[in-house]
Amino acid sequence: MGTSFGRGGATTFQQDLQNSDCIVIMGSNMAECHPVGFQWVMEAKLRGATIIHVDPRFTRTSAVADLHVPLRAGSDIVFLGGIVNYILSNGREFREYVERYTNAPTIVADEFQDTEDLDGLFSGWDDERRTYDTSTWMYKDVAGIGAAAGEREHTETSTGHDLGSHGGGLGGRPPHRDMTLQDPRCVFQLLKKHYSRYTPEMVEEACGVPREMFLRVAEVLCDSSGPERTGAFCYAVGWTQHTVGVQYIRTAAIIQQLLGNIGRPGGGILALRGHTSIQGSTDIPTLYDLLPGYLPMAHPENTDLGSYIASNSSRTGYWGNMDKYAVSLLKAYWGDAATAENDFCYDYLPRINADHSAYQSVLDMMEGKVKGYLLIGENPAVGSSNARLHRLAMANLDWLVVRDFVEIESASFWYNAPEIETGELKTEEIPTEVFMMPAAAHTEKDGSFTNTQRLLQWHHTAIEPPGDARSDLWFAYHLGRIIREKLAGSTDERDRPILDLAWDYPTEGAIAEPDAHMVLREISGWDAQNRAVTGYTALKADGSTTCGCWIYSGSFADEVNQTARRKPGQDQTWVAPEWGWAWPANRRLLYNRASARPDGSPWSERKRYVWWNADQEKWTGHDVPDFVADKAPDYRAPEGAKCEDAINGDEPFVMQADGVAWLYAPAGLKDGPFPTHYEPQETPFHNPLYGQEHNPLRQTYRHRFNAYNPSDGQVGSGVFPYVFTTYRVTEHHTAGGMSRTLPVLSELQPEMFCEVSPELAFERSLEHNGWATIITSRTAIEARVIVTDRLTPLLVQGRTLHQVGLPYHWGTNGITTGDSANDLVPLALDPNVHIQESKAATCDIRPGRRPRGPALLALVEAYRRRAGLEGAPARQDAT
Amino acid sequence: MSVTMPPPQPSGVRDPAALSGWAGHPERVGFFTDTSICIGCKACEVACKEWNDVPEDGINWLGQSYDHTGELGASTWRHVAFIEQRARIPAQEAGVDAPLIEDVPLTQLEREQGFRWLMSSDVCKHCTSAACLDVCPTGALFRTEFGTVVVQEDVCNGCGYCVPACPFGVIDQRKSDGRVWKCTLCYDRLRGGFEPACAQACPTQSIQFGPLDELRLKADDRVHRLHDEGVPQARLYGHDDDDGVGGFGAFFLLLDDPEVYRLPPDPVVPTRDLKEMWTTAAKAAATLIAATALAFAGRRAR
Repeated sequence: MGTSFGRGGATTFQQDLQNSDCIVIMGSNMAECHPVGFQWVMEAKLRGATIIHVDPRFTRTSAVADLHVPLRAGSDIVFLGGIVNYILSNGREFREYVERYTNAPTIVADEFQDTEDLDGLFSGWDDERRTYDTSTWMYKDVAGIGAAAGEREHTETSTGHDLGSHGGGLGGRPPHRDMTLQDPRCVFQLLKKHYSRYTPEMVEEACGVPREMFLRVAEVLCDSSGPERTGAFCYAVGWTQHTVGVQYIRTAAIIQQLLGNIGRPGGGILALRGHTSIQGSTDIPTLYDLLPGYLPMAHPENTDLGSYIASNSSRTGYWGNMDKYAVSLLKAYWGDAATAENDFCYDYLPRINADHSAYQSVLDMMEGKVKGYLLIGENPAVGSSNARLHRLAMANLDWLVVRDFVEIESASFWYNAPEIETGELKTEEIPTEVFMMPAAAHTEKDGSFTNTQRLLQWHHTAIEPPGDARSDLWFAYHLGRIIREKLAGSTDERDRPILDLAWDYPTEGAIAEPDAHMVLREISGWDAQNRAVTGYTALKADGSTTCGCWIYSGSFADEVNQTARRKPGQDQTWVAPEWGWAWPANRRLLYNRASARPDGSPWSERKRYVWWNADQEKWTGHDVPDFVADKAPDYRAPEGAKCEDAINGDEPFVMQADGVAWLYAPAGLKDGPFPTHYEPQETPFHNPLYGQEHNPLRQTYRHRFNAYNPSDGQVGSGVFPYVFTTYRVTEHHTAGGMSRTLPVLSELQPEMFCEVSPELAFERSLEHNGWATIITSRTAIEARVIVTDRLTPLLVQGRTLHQVGLPYHWGTNGITTGDSANDLVPLALDPNVHIQESKAATCDIRPGRRPRGPALLALVEAYRRRAGLEGAPARQDAT
Repeated sequence: MSVTMPPPQPSGVRDPAALSGWAGHPERVGFFTDTSICIGCKACEVACKEWNDVPEDGINWLGQSYDHTGELGASTWRHVAFIEQRARIPAQEAGVDAPLIEDVPLTQLEREQGFRWLMSSDVCKHCTSAACLDVCPTGALFRTEFGTVVVQEDVCNGCGYCVPACPFGVIDQRKSDGRVWKCTLCYDRLRGGFEPACAQACPTQSIQFGPLDELRLKADDRVHRLHDEGVPQARLYGHDDDDGVGGFGAFFLLLDDPEVYRLPPDPVVPTRDLKEMWTTAAKAAATLIAATALAFAGRRAR
């Protein structure tokens, strides 16, 4: 999303779905996982919209959709690429939107070669380093900022996040464009060529979707687009959790650009986040390679603040202001200690010199390199891919702190992990000291959630937390306070970053709870006179402003907690700008300048949203304009203009260096400027499009506990003939700590289960309500069997494919217990964002419960032998 | 029908509260459960249990699609049914125990796919003519001012007469304490001016709460609209004042026959025939007495 449009968040808000004429839900089971937001899909349906659900399973979402399209897990780019091809082959694109608001006319560098030329690889592939030199993907005669600075190509530093979450840098505006879209080297023509073989026949062969059904989706979607109509996409982790996850979303972004569905009511791409504040946890990140507001973490090459900013900002577009955001952040961290003379304490920032992502850390734990671990609201013993590996790794720690409501599996693994039963772990030999710290629930503390649509909503303490339970804020603040007290008086240079921190939050009450309002005020920012700033446009790079997260700037404007606003819906417009506060600048629909024609008038009355008011000489409408408020549609950037001044009055994507949405990503992604279909890490099929089977940049881990099942064409691939996919059900919460402990939820889904089609049940003698054992080369689990028509065999590449559905909520603790589906999932990651492929892998399934104790290991070992994996830590595949 | 039917409210909906002696009572309220927009999230079940402090009903694998609760009972006052319907495909293996939809006209798209997954949240019907209430000897069951039927847990003596009286099998005895329990339509919330917990929790407005006459109008509109949109099988269930229970206080829009949802197609309040039964019994008793008397009279005469 960031690469395509400029910001790493949903382009629209859930309430706006009611304005859609067609909603495609794909990679998401929205009715089950986002039932509250789904009311707006139902509202759209009541207003006459067509609801399409594309998913391997027929779910509660499919049940109320107009059309359910079952497809093979892991084949979505072929399906979506097929829609791109359909649009381009039939001239269904929204021509004026594409010409004016996307980079379709831009000419790409002569060195660029497409996957069509190189059988599945792009130009710049370095076979030895197994990475791309992305400089060949640049626009013609434009220097890439990232490439110029040189640090972005280090795969070992894995800086995918800082690339993926906002537009990649450009050295300047692209000088060559062909507004007729005819030049063979313009993006539009390259796009056409790239997807030329993604035909309905190819969709049928790769996805198992009959071509008539595919064409129906393409037609409905195209019919629902144009000046008078709009369509929306909703996705969730069914798209992100793949080795090409980022590119799934990019393909949808291309479709929505071609159909003119971004920045307009009823359009957009809604990224559905999995928890109440997952969006918040990337905005103010818990990610190792990002700083608040998607500022990249510093690298060793960034020797001073100047070089850090030069290598990460963009000369044109809003990212040109990155120095203001970075300096204000450093002021929030180090307060008075941060001065212009000392580079605002820039040197206190840690530098990324290696991959420290979650999965790499777990492998390092296994090696004994990581000694301690804090788990805050996380249950990797159940919820992380290859959960078994996590349990084995945590048994190597010296200490482990678990903050949760109950004793979750990650706190109890040392005495009741499945590996104790198999004899792989012995309690008396595990050195890990586990500190279980009770956590306060959201009803027991003040704070904010940032939901799926970038909306911050405040919650208030309803009751005091019981016993020793404390908020995360309390824990972090007092931990910092005590560490600072212990270090007080230290002359060691390495303690300076901690001692110089601005760590002076007021506390209140008997338990000395830090005042969460004051934390939000710091995040929102203040000026030299300690007055709350109005928003990020007020931030300065001279050290006179302080702001903890520039995109949240203004959430405490006028000294008012804007996120606590709760004006009822009936007392304001349908956009409800006075309910909570959305970043950026309380905008609900991003890039909304695109809801008007280049001349500033609405595309149509029906889809009127933000428009130019010539009398008042400003942008006006239902939302906060996502544009400089008084920049006229006919504004033309003068030569040499910088930042937002370099964006013309008819260029709506103000975060992008060239002001337009990116059909083609000349920078910002590691694995290609155009999304390309690659098979999942584990697949029973060959790539029908290219010789290159998998994403060449996917991250794999060679480890004895992370063996990969052989894929199509490899020895032993027939041992694991079925595809499985993992998911959640409405009745449980992720790893189960908040639901398997409650009778009222446990009784609604009382056991771990698997879902299979009647045909697979017949093939493998599985009985409804009986038991099945599901086996991979990692381990085997058992589950109750649901035989249902909601799963259907697909015809893929001339063969019948059966898919197995596995919810992942269960573990050893709680009222309802069961095996963890995540024990089956291998670690194979997307190269841009290090997200694991848990939505498509291979398995075998057989009737009956799994063996107990060491016999379980013997069963898995027998399968590994048959698959040719005996002894080897993992198959070396260079495909 | 020999049971006295309540008079209609000015709007036309029958007014059982008036019959029970409430003067100047509020409008009759109830539920309209539109199953065509139910997404089966079970938020109603959970909200009901949370608000009314209803205990766990057994953590048992049932495997009826996504339903592991089975039916309404003493500890389940809202229950979501999941019905998987498949089309008859000649070559298909038999053995999957699901109702066939051979003759059910579906929408064009559904017909193509030959499969649908129906969901419906069931609840106490709060009958206009409520048998449970009629047979309760202690007065534990009573008609509220809102026209709903509620058990007073501190009065119920656990006799259980009401259990077989209910034509829907809703009211149920809790094994642990012997008393009977069922949906109160959140009587405490109604008195406080709030809507019932299930209706408030429902994200898609499948469960609508309000004055019954307004809900009936909405339901009529909705059915007509669905018919216009090519869903001819949509029908209302329990909206008719002249049915066997005098109309439901909580009625439904279904997409198939009631039996498919395990609901009785033509429920009748068993106490409807009570007067007739007792009249017949009285006649029989009188005849017996008369015959006996005659026999003795005859002997004396001999």
